[in-house]
Amino acid sequence: MIAQAGVSVIERWISSYWLVIVAKAAVVLVFFLVAPLLVGYMEHKVLAHMQSRLGPMYAGRFHGWAQLIADGIKFVQKEDVIPRAADPWVFSLAPGVAMIPYIALFVVVPFSDQIFALNLDVGIFFVMAMSSVSVIGILMAGWASANKFSLMGALRAAAQLMAYELPLVLAAASVVMQAGTLSMIGIVEAQERYWFVLSQPIGFLIFFVAATAELSRPPFDMPIADSEIIFGAFTEYTGLKFAFFLLSEYGGIVAFSAIASVLYLGGYQAPPLLSAIPAPVWMAAKVAALSFLIIWLRATYPRLREDQLQRFSWLLLIPLALAQILVVGVVKVWV
Amino acid sequence: METYYQSYGVVLAVLIAGVALVAVAFGAAALLAPRRPLPAKLATYECGMDPVGEGWSQTQIRYYIFGFLFVIFDVESVFLFPWARVFEGLGMTAVVEMAIFIGILALGLVYAWRKGVLRWV
Repeated sequence: MIAQAGVSVIERWISSYWLVIVAKAAVVLVFFLVAPLLVGYMEHKVLAHMQSRLGPMYAGRFHGWAQLIADGIKFVQKEDVIPRAADPWVFSLAPGVAMIPYIALFVVVPFSDQIFALNLDVGIFFVMAMSSVSVIGILMAGWASANKFSLMGALRAAAQLMAYELPLVLAAASVVMQAGTLSMIGIVEAQERYWFVLSQPIGFLIFFVAATAELSRPPFDMPIADSEIIFGAFTEYTGLKFAFFLLSEYGGIVAFSAIASVLYLGGYQAPPLLSAIPAPVWMAAKVAALSFLIIWLRATYPRLREDQLQRFSWLLLIPLALAQILVVGVVKVWV
Repeated sequence: METYYQSYGVVLAVLIAGVALVAVAFGAAALLAPRRPLPAKLATYECGMDPVGEGWSQTQIRYYIFGFLFVIFDVESVFLFPWARVFEGLGMTAVVEMAIFIGILALGLVYAWRKGVLRWV
C-alpha cells in the first residue's frame, strides 16, 4: 500500500530545482513562524477561560488577537543578559539548537496529497530523529548558564527525554508495521479505510502521553517546574533568546500534534461522508484539536514527581509499547 | 526525476533558513535592545541571594543507569524500523525472531527492575 504520492503543488508551478527548494523552505519557515503563535494565542485564551478569566483583550482590539505579536516585538527590545559565570558561546547558541530541529521537522508533514514540502521515504524516522535533537539545546542552555537550577532542569529534561523517547518511537514503529511504509504520506494513505486510532487505541494513548512528556508540558513539566527550580534550563535567559525557547515549545506542540494526526487520526483524510471539506482543513483541524488537548492537560493535572515520571515510563509505557509491537506483528501476519 | 540526495535539498535549505532566522533575529535584537551591564545584573540568579558555591555542581549518578537502558532500547528501535517495514513479506518466522529479540531485551528490563535500579532515589 505504498502511496501514489502526488506532486507537491509548488513543483507544478515552478520547474527550476533551486527555485522550488527556496520556495519550499520559505513556506516551511513561514508556517513555523505562524502556527506556534496561533497555538500560543489559543493557550492564552483557553487557559484563561478555563480559569474564569478573559485572557488578553487589548492588543489588536479584537479579543487581543495580536497579543503574541506584541510580545515578540517586546522581546526583541529587551536587554540580552549573559551572566558573568556563563559560557557565552554555548549560552547563545542553545536557543537556536533547540528551535531549528522543529523547523526542519515540518518539511515532511503533509497537509494534503498535493500540499507537502517533501515526501521523504524515511519520513517518520526523520521526524523522530529531529524531534529528539532539541533536548541537546536544552542541555546546552542548562550547562552553559552555570546556574544550579538551570543544570538541574537540564538534567531532568534529558532524563525525561530518555524515558519518553522510547515509548514514542516504539508506538510509531507499530504504526509503521501496520502501514507497511515509513513515508508520512504513505501512512496517511494507508488509513483510507479506517484510522489507526481504531486499531491501535493503546498506541495512540502511549504516543500522546509520551509526546506531552517530550515537550515538557504539564503534567510532565518537571524540567521547568517554576515553583521548584525557578524556570529550569531557561532561568538565566532574557529577551529574544528566551522567546526562542518559548517558540520551540509551541512549535513542538504543533509538531507533535501533526505527527500524532498523521500516525493515528488519518492525517489529511476526511472522516466518512465529510469529504466535501478539503484535506488541508482536516489536517489543520486535527492539529488544532490535539493542541487543545495538550493545553487542556495543563489546566487539569498537577505536576508529577520525578520518580513517578520515570516509573510510569519504564514500567508501564515501554512494556506496553513492546507488547503492542508483538501483537500487531502476529495479527498482521495471521489475518 | 531528482536523485536521492537532491531530494534532501529541501531539508538542507530549511536548516539554512532556520540558521538565517536565528542570525537575523539576534542581529535585530543587538540593534534594538539596550545594553547596560551592571555587576548585580550579571550575577548568577539564585532567588535574589548571592550565589553559593559553583554553578557547575556535582549531579546524581542515577542518570547513568537510565542512560544505559536508554541506549540499549534506542538501538533496538533502530533495528525495529527496517524490520517493521518488510516483516509482512517474511511471514511468521520474522515475527518469531523479533519476538525473541524483544524478549531478551525485555528480560533485561525486568532484571533491572528487580535489581531496583529503576527506582529514582
